[in-house]
Amino acid sequence: MRLKYLVLGAAVGSLVGASVLASRAEAQESIFVPLLTYRTGPFAGSGIPIANGMHDYLAMLNERDGGIGGVKLVIEECETGYNNAKGVECYEAVKSKKPVVVNPYSTGITLAIIPKAAVDKIPILSMAYGLSASAVGNEFPWIFNPPATYWDGLSMMFRYIGGKEGGLDKLKGKTIGYIYFDGGYGLEPIPLLEQFAKDYGFTVKKYPVPPAEMQNQSGLWLNVRRDRPDWMIMWGWGAMNPTAVKEAAKINYPMDKFIGIWWSGGDDDARPAGADAKGYLTLNFNGVGTNYPAIQDIVKTVVDKGKSQTPKDKIGENLYNRGVYNSVLIAEAIRNAQKITGKKVVTGEDVRRGFESLKISAARWKELGLPEFGAPIEAVSCTDHNGHHAAYMQQWDGTKWVKVSDWIVPMKEKVRPLLEAAAKDYVTKNQPWPKRTEPCDKST
Amino acid sequence: MFYREAGQYKTSYAADQALFPILQDRIGIAAILLIAFVVVPLFASDFLLNSFLIPILVLSLAAIGLNLLTGYTGLLSLGTGGFMGVGAFACYKLTSIFPDANIVLLIVVSGVASAAVGSVFGLPSLRIKGFYLAVATLAAQFFLSWCFIRIPWLYNYNVSAAIEVPTRTAFGIPVTGPNATSVTRYLVALSIVVAMTWVASNIVRGRIGRTWMAVRDMDIAAELIGIRLYRTKLLAFAISSFYCGVAGAMLAFLWLGAAESESFNINQSFLILFMVIIGGLGSIMGSFFGAMLIWGLPIVLRAAPEFFGVTVRAATVEHLQFMVVGALIIFFLIVEPHGLARLWQIAKQKLRVWPFPY
Repeated sequence: MRLKYLVLGAAVGSLVGASVLASRAEAQESIFVPLLTYRTGPFAGSGIPIANGMHDYLAMLNERDGGIGGVKLVIEECETGYNNAKGVECYEAVKSKKPVVVNPYSTGITLAIIPKAAVDKIPILSMAYGLSASAVGNEFPWIFNPPATYWDGLSMMFRYIGGKEGGLDKLKGKTIGYIYFDGGYGLEPIPLLEQFAKDYGFTVKKYPVPPAEMQNQSGLWLNVRRDRPDWMIMWGWGAMNPTAVKEAAKINYPMDKFIGIWWSGGDDDARPAGADAKGYLTLNFNGVGTNYPAIQDIVKTVVDKGKSQTPKDKIGENLYNRGVYNSVLIAEAIRNAQKITGKKVVTGEDVRRGFESLKISAARWKELGLPEFGAPIEAVSCTDHNGHHAAYMQQWDGTKWVKVSDWIVPMKEKVRPLLEAAAKDYVTKNQPWPKRTEPCDKST
Repeated sequence: MFYREAGQYKTSYAADQALFPILQDRIGIAAILLIAFVVVPLFASDFLLNSFLIPILVLSLAAIGLNLLTGYTGLLSLGTGGFMGVGAFACYKLTSIFPDANIVLLIVVSGVASAAVGSVFGLPSLRIKGFYLAVATLAAQFFLSWCFIRIPWLYNYNVSAAIEVPTRTAFGIPVTGPNATSVTRYLVALSIVVAMTWVASNIVRGRIGRTWMAVRDMDIAAELIGIRLYRTKLLAFAISSFYCGVAGAMLAFLWLGAAESESFNINQSFLILFMVIIGGLGSIMGSFFGAMLIWGLPIVLRAAPEFFGVTVRAATVEHLQFMVVGALIIFFLIVEPHGLARLWQIAKQKLRVWPFPY
């Protein structure tokens, strides 16, 4: 009796499976854009708005324009949970579907897949995160990290601090505290910070936050209170950010002397501390708010139609718009690739060329329906995969982020030699590292 | 009917003490090895190899390591992740110092570093037992994680505090790094795991394993019959850490291709411990079952909706997978508290009398 059911069940099951496989086998002209995102785990607070922004902009292009250049985008999310092993698994899973670009959205995952990219011929976009040295296009032809590296970010902070102090030489004898995520991401700026300390004569106090202790920083902030740094700089992510802002407010640290990197500037990072966080500064390279035609298009064509997971009141928040910015880079690179090659359905190899000659002028930003949304992208080239573009300082006013500075340009002359040295170091440590064989396009 | 040992006479001690005394078992294991070594490399996709089979092999080896300590010797350890990390970082240092050495050899040798560290942290086991020992090994875990960030020499002063695996060869074939094909990495991992499993199953059947089990069952009685406790326990720590260290080196070099302190955190220790508990304490076979269930099942569950053409959001799948796996773990532990290995034994027993059960 039992056996009969079993056989019957197996037969039905295989029928269903076969029909499913058959229906999926239909070929279709499309461009596959996987999004490695994390909506679960301790970093979900930062990951969800970014995932939403990335997804919604691409979905809007599908709805409004029918994709890019008339080719639909196939958007697929893969959940990484900000975990390296799962991220690599996602990469392996999407690899076979011929992605035109992969965004790991985690420094750890980026590091793990950097060596694979050149072998698999898949461009990696690690937007202002990942390995700073990968800005050196001659050594890392497949990795792109516009618009700015962490070292650019740090130099921009120092330009801002210098402006407030009345010159960087005024920093002599002062103390600057550096609170950071104790992992690859937070460790990266340290060499430049120490060089600045030597150049300008201030002392650095370091406050590492171990990943397991992100939400438990009170002891660390007691040390901050004892050391009384004149400025605090933060490299935080996920649950670490709101905790740090709250603790800083608790010890009455002057919030307008507390600067976060662009990944510490989510609305949910400052909001829990509410009015106490007033004055908290972070760098940013994308516009905030919904006052852009393209964001209105997202609301109209995607969110209002129920094709998104975004709650309507979260649209226009900083990290949501960061996700949109990320997708603009993807979309423009694909468009550029179509222009260069004349093909409609582009491959990863084409999009790599698209990234290398990526230009988004102020006029182009306006054309995209995002006027003044970001600094013009004009310096990405064959040798420079980052461009070292400008960012601005924003301040929390108790309820929302307000732009408080003009575009600040990074100290490229300080950063670039460090990058070159870091790239060389990476390459010597990872011998044999493949020589670049991809030719540079004329247009760059 | 088919699975019976009737009529198979053992005429020598060697035959009696063979690892697989029953003919059917020998056929079974030969078939499994044939599939693993020949059929899988021929037909498996990159995804199946990289994200399913290699991880299962690596985690199985780590689970065997912990099983030797916790399952066979009865010493509860929460430091597995740390010991795996020692193996990975040791292998990285070794290959930076000897870039031309055979990487397979280095992976195995890096277990020695882990064994040394493991024995140091095993010293308290002479004094403390049970939960107290678990806390001591927890300290090892935290201390080692701290070292992996705070001692930059370990990761060659890399700015990201990560180890990035370079291309290394064995017999002229790239085995690690981006240029190594997944088939090569799989075959290397498989060979190491098979060899070390064979060694482990012989250790536990022999004198050493018996002293371990005697200590586990009642250490005072063991001492009374002449087993030296501190040697036995330290040996268990050393061998267990050796296995974990090799597994850690494989994790970094053959599976992920990069690793940082976070890859060897307390969650990793718990993951391996769960594999051992669910697979079956004191069973080599169980270690494989546990790794398959805890690592493999989520991947199958994640792929399932897409296979059936249902679109479910990535995050929803993740949440569902957490719930299903959690429920299954509870289910298995209720049905069979001794783990999957015990279920397997029961199945074999049933198979012997099939189709005429009594």
